Amino acid sequence: MIRLDASAPVTEPFPTPSTAPSPPAPAGGPSPDLRGAEAAPTRAIEMRALCAWYGSHQVLHTVDLDITAHRVCALIGPSGCGKSTLLRWMNRMNDTIASARASGSLNLHGLELLDPTLDVVDLRRRVGMVFQKPNPFPKSIFENVAFGPRLHRSYGRTDLEELVEQSLRASALWDEVKDRLHHSALGLSGGQQQRLCIARAIAVDPEVLLMDEPCSALDPRSTASIEELIRELRETYTIVIVTHNMQQASRVSDTTAFFDEGRLVETGATDILFTAPRERRTEDYVSGRFG
Amino acid sequence: MEGSIEWLLWLLTMVSVVTTVAIIAVLVSESVQFFTMEGHPEISPWSFLTGTVWSPLLGARPEFGVLPLVTGTVLVTAIAGLVAMPIGLLTAVYLSEYASAKTRTCLKTVLEILAGVPTVVYGFFALTFITPYLLQPLSESFGTYNAMGAGIAVGIMILPIVCSLSEDSLRAVPQSLRDGAYALGSTKFDVTAKVVVPAGLSGVIAAFLLALTRAIGETMIVALAAGGLAQLTANPSQQVQTMTAYMVQIFLGDAPANGIEYRSSYAVAMTLFAITFAMTGTGAIVLKRYREEYE
Repeated sequence: MIRLDASAPVTEPFPTPSTAPSPPAPAGGPSPDLRGAEAAPTRAIEMRALCAWYGSHQVLHTVDLDITAHRVCALIGPSGCGKSTLLRWMNRMNDTIASARASGSLNLHGLELLDPTLDVVDLRRRVGMVFQKPNPFPKSIFENVAFGPRLHRSYGRTDLEELVEQSLRASALWDEVKDRLHHSALGLSGGQQQRLCIARAIAVDPEVLLMDEPCSALDPRSTASIEELIRELRETYTIVIVTHNMQQASRVSDTTAFFDEGRLVETGATDILFTAPRERRTEDYVSGRFG
Repeated sequence: MEGSIEWLLWLLTMVSVVTTVAIIAVLVSESVQFFTMEGHPEISPWSFLTGTVWSPLLGARPEFGVLPLVTGTVLVTAIAGLVAMPIGLLTAVYLSEYASAKTRTCLKTVLEILAGVPTVVYGFFALTFITPYLLQPLSESFGTYNAMGAGIAVGIMILPIVCSLSEDSLRAVPQSLRDGAYALGSTKFDVTAKVVVPAGLSGVIAAFLLALTRAIGETMIVALAAGGLAQLTANPSQQVQTMTAYMVQIFLGDAPANGIEYRSSYAVAMTLFAITFAMTGTGAIVLKRYREEYE
């Protein structure tokens, strides 16, 4: 669930104490559906006055946004609006870009993500990422999924096989690849490769899964299977998805945040934002009049 | 007009093709003459390729067993490879993954300078520095001429080849693979050792093969620093004669043209050509495989 800038009227389907520190998210495992009125959703990520630059070019302007645990949050907006930059700060992937910097606060369950002394290796284990274009390693299917877990601790053979199977089942790929686990991942179709990348990301048991236009390189059938998967994964993970596809945002997400020119224009429950947006710009964008 | 341009370009292209064919033709015909020379019924391709004594100039009965020259070449090349492959690969890893853009530019300039040093300078370097100041203090068994000093110098000579070709193949590994590995919580070393180097490995192997081919054909360094005695040995402190060094000896010495020693150098050249051709071919096949890898 999302709050808007303090200035804008707030539509809050879930009552959330705005000042209390967030309790830690339930660890792992399927969690009960939190969308019931009596459940108190926890905030996984809180942003306060977040600004971001590449060199002298400011790409994000004082963004205040909360992302609720075990929900799918869609970030939408025209190209260059800063949504991918925002995503890349949530797991500090922007560290690989020398000119990238940010100010303000970006908080994951009480951990300040903009802290320059942050252990980014540990952060990225907790915040997984799926990229625009499927990027499996040129290794076997098994090795791809086992890659992340093996970075963080050593596994016995059977434990590892079990974990790989679990991850592939969770990403709805197991039945298609169980007979060729030791074949190259590059032999899979684009949609299968993307589901493999999702399996690879969830094998390290992250809390948050970031998806940067995960279906933009896929055909409609593969897109449908990824979308179905996203809806299932919401039970276990907090998901933030960047998408250019309005239908996709409305199909898979619980909340949507609309960005334009580096500013958060409007945010709220997806069905409300798409049917009754408060802002004119949002209405123009979601109805396809620009962007 | 267009037609004559095409014709001219074709003609110029033929220069290299005709040269290659002519060289092969000369090597083959002279080698055949060596093996069929009158008065030397003991010389056959088999005795040439399997003989263990090479003494074409000494004694009443010259012997033409090419193996000592081959092992001399292999020994020097192996030492050069042991020097150049690890250093070259690790330098490439540093340049491709760790160095800042500024450092990389600087270091690549140094490597280009290294690649431009005439090989005769490396030969003197081996003779006047590596052997007396690095090897002889370690062990008294090293003579003035030895396989080790020459091998190290050849290794330094091929270092820029290993390094720059390996770096090309590491940098060709898509950034998306590095991002994928970082996003799983890899350290920079994890990304380099577990993703980038394995993904670029076939290019690295091709770089090794091409550099070794260059080392096998190297002449000036071994002619100066490895010695002139063809002996079947794996001891790097001994002097050895390589195939190329033998050819220098024959063509610069006073062996009579069309004599048996003179002709023997063509048979040696043919052997050398066959070895380097096989290695270049293998390198090209491996390179082709690596180009297809990310598609």
